[in-house]
Amino acid sequence: MNFDKEFDASGLSCPLPIVKTKKSLSDMASGQVLRVVATDPGSVADMAAFAEQTGNQLLESGSEGGKYVFFLKKA
Amino acid sequence: MAGKKMAIIATKGALDMAYPPLILASTAAALGWEVQVFFTFYGLQLLRKDLSGIAISPLANPAMPMPVPMPVVVSILPGMEAMATSMMKAKMKKKGVASLEELRSLCLEAEVKFIACQMTVDLFEFDKSDFIDGIEYGGAATFMKFAGETDVCLFI
Repeated sequence: MNFDKEFDASGLSCPLPIVKTKKSLSDMASGQVLRVVATDPGSVADMAAFAEQTGNQLLESGSEGGKYVFFLKKA
Repeated sequence: MAGKKMAIIATKGALDMAYPPLILASTAAALGWEVQVFFTFYGLQLLRKDLSGIAISPLANPAMPMPVPMPVVVSILPGMEAMATSMMKAKMKKKGVASLEELRSLCLEAEVKFIACQMTVDLFEFDKSDFIDGIEYGGAATFMKFAGETDVCLFI
């Protein structure tokens, strides 16, 4: 999937993947896509909850090479 | 959803109890919530410029996981608190858990409002110059004004 920016949250624990994802989105334009890579297993549920509450769309949530990968479309 | 509000009363100053208010405040702010944290009694320690004194004690803390089983009498020995604190901090760093300083900065950056309880500042004779900039001072009525409008209100 194409994306405009990437944020690598590998090695970070709750709540940093979410808090820093929010920061990464802040300088992006509406409709742009952010790819987030994380190793925290809790980020799977948290990213979905973040998307639901902020209106940023979670286009895809999966795993790749033992890491969790998310694509978020900025609201 | 946008427009939600959360108020937290942070009353504890031990390492383990310092995390929940800062984790929840920074996360709620990331979700677009308006957040205020009211620091009172030992919670005031979290507003000090220097957080290096925040510690955790194995004493009277039977749930704390220890590398080896430790009789209570050993927990009383000098240096045990410092040892437990440095072990906990090292473990947190290894696991990618944010430092208290980092979480606090993230809160301030996300415009979480920090209020120091004026009464306990006076009670403990704290010097305001020991605290970080950008915080407010107030009392219970200040807290209730915002707390009354919140969706989530926690006492930690």
